Amino acid sequence: MEPFVALRSAAVPFARPNIDTDQILPARYLSRPRDDNHGAYLFRDLRLATDGSEVPDFPLNQPHWRDARIALGGRNFACGSSRENAVWAFYDHGVRAVIAPSFGDIFANNAVKNGMLAVTLPAADVATLIAQVQADPAAEIAVDLPSQTVTGPDGATYRFEIDPFAKKCLLEGLDEIAFTLNHAEEIAAFERRLGRDNY
Amino acid sequence: MPGSEAPEARTMFEKIWSRHRVLERDDGQTLLYVDRHLVHDGSAPAFEMLRSRGIAPRAPDRIFATPDHYVPTDPRTRQAIPNDEHRGMVEALERNAAVSGFRLFGLTDGNQGIVHVVGPEAGLSQPGMLIVCGDSHTSTHGALGALAFGIGSTEVAHVLATQSLWQRKPATMRITVDGKLGFGVTGKDVILAIIAQIGAAGATGHVIEYAGSAIRGLSMEGRLTLCNMSIEGGGRAGMVAPDDTTFQYIAGRPFAPQGHDWDAALMRWRALPSDPEARFDTEVTLDGDAVAPMVTWGNSPEDALPIDARIPDPAMEPDAERRAIMAGTFAYMGLIPGTPLEEVAVNRVFIGSCTNGRIEDLRAAAAVARGRRVAEGVTAWVVPGSAPVKRQAEAEGLDRIFTEAGFEWREAGCSMCLGTNGEIAAPGERVASTSNRNFRGRQGPGARTHLMGPAMAAAAAVTGHLADVRRLMVGG
Repeated sequence: MEPFVALRSAAVPFARPNIDTDQILPARYLSRPRDDNHGAYLFRDLRLATDGSEVPDFPLNQPHWRDARIALGGRNFACGSSRENAVWAFYDHGVRAVIAPSFGDIFANNAVKNGMLAVTLPAADVATLIAQVQADPAAEIAVDLPSQTVTGPDGATYRFEIDPFAKKCLLEGLDEIAFTLNHAEEIAAFERRLGRDNY
Repeated sequence: MPGSEAPEARTMFEKIWSRHRVLERDDGQTLLYVDRHLVHDGSAPAFEMLRSRGIAPRAPDRIFATPDHYVPTDPRTRQAIPNDEHRGMVEALERNAAVSGFRLFGLTDGNQGIVHVVGPEAGLSQPGMLIVCGDSHTSTHGALGALAFGIGSTEVAHVLATQSLWQRKPATMRITVDGKLGFGVTGKDVILAIIAQIGAAGATGHVIEYAGSAIRGLSMEGRLTLCNMSIEGGGRAGMVAPDDTTFQYIAGRPFAPQGHDWDAALMRWRALPSDPEARFDTEVTLDGDAVAPMVTWGNSPEDALPIDARIPDPAMEPDAERRAIMAGTFAYMGLIPGTPLEEVAVNRVFIGSCTNGRIEDLRAAAAVARGRRVAEGVTAWVVPGSAPVKRQAEAEGLDRIFTEAGFEWREAGCSMCLGTNGEIAAPGERVASTSNRNFRGRQGPGARTHLMGPAMAAAAAVTGHLADVRRLMVGG
């Protein structure tokens, strides 16, 4: 996994609450292999019209936001299914950090496992950031994981909380499976305790 | 023990959590042991991740699999799947099962079905267990008093490799529904009413325990429907304390404990319910007497209303942002503000899914369909949740009731709930659906989904519009 340390970039806003993973990655692309470029499917049915042409006012189609590496989301961002493909779609498109007032739990978990940072900030702060990038789409936002801060285009700094283990995994690009396999002894001991009659 | 302090009162969740703790770290992360790992035909990427590391599954005897997302519900053989990628997903599951040596409920052995129908039905899902699956509706299995939640592909790979999962302890929420549910009101209506009240993110970060007399009064199948949609309220998991309803449901199922093991299991299971003094981080209450048959009108499960209500009018919404969001929803859904819900005409009806594809659901829908006809211009499907559900329904003659009424009687699978197998509605088509998500495009690009219970969906099929099943069944 590629480590995540810090990032400065334009930030593409998706302000609506409850944007779900079916919108982020439509189900018909779920059978595509991981090495397929999932960035092409990101918000496919909102970004492109049925004839394949771009929907002009969709944020990802705006010149300054096409290559944004940060996304701003509304409340309950990426709620819905457990499809990790939704994270792959953002990741392959180049987005490495998503900032929202709240996330679908599974999406936030999946993000960390793929080296993508999901930052939770108070709704008012996210609203401020969204208003700022909408007023000036070229405006850049900075995300710094070691200091756990987001810096807005106006220089205002917002501190965010992150699980210490998630932070460590992101900073070091840690492979969680390898990490856990170091605890194989404890798992085996648990299995022996578990015994025959305890499930 | 004399002199010892009374043990701390614990919730059912805490009891299950602590029983599965392999180790705990200073930073608050806990490694939890997984009793049952359910796998479906969308799990291929996780097996690929494992293979690329040269690791084999640690405990194949704890893995149970069935193809559901990519199987067609018309023909029954894998060879008949027209889409190469879809067929490849089903083939990959069969191959992984053969190579790793885990149990597959396959397409041809008479046991295949939707993974969340198969688990409880086979007796695999039991009280006190920790169950995971790479699917968000894994919360379903909590209906049996298990801790069950959905995970992503990388976490599936982690569980395959280590039979365990790192978790930070979530908060607890108790949703108490007291009272007696009215005629025509089901578990589906209760959960839609709950989500309408708490919102689609209302339970984010929480494990929900459903309690109260209305919940106790639900059948096992009603509880499965209820817990299934916990994720639509943002909940990590949902659970109901095991009781005699649970034990009677499990007894005699293929993987249920037998003989002495059954007696021992019952002893453990009876100790699982939350202690009376246990505290929850969040408490929510709902009046069970007041719940009516519910339908959704928008693109979030929180957009649910009683069937006798009118579609809201954005002009009446004081908040500008919410007004703008509603305008977008109305445009997508093709609805006129203020219309009575019962005047909304439908094109398609889908009865099935892990939410409402069980035998009781099909009986409820058949009771409405009996002696009636699917309305002109409406295409109505009944997709049993599993092959055993299908056989049971056929033994009861439900298939004939449906087909005589003009419904299509199909094979088991996820089907139109999310359309991964290609079974979708056309753009602009309006679907009365017993599934769990009314998201934009969920049932196909441009498809318009209204969620409801199975009898309500059958009522929509025979009337051609959203309809109050209570009037249909009482007044004739």
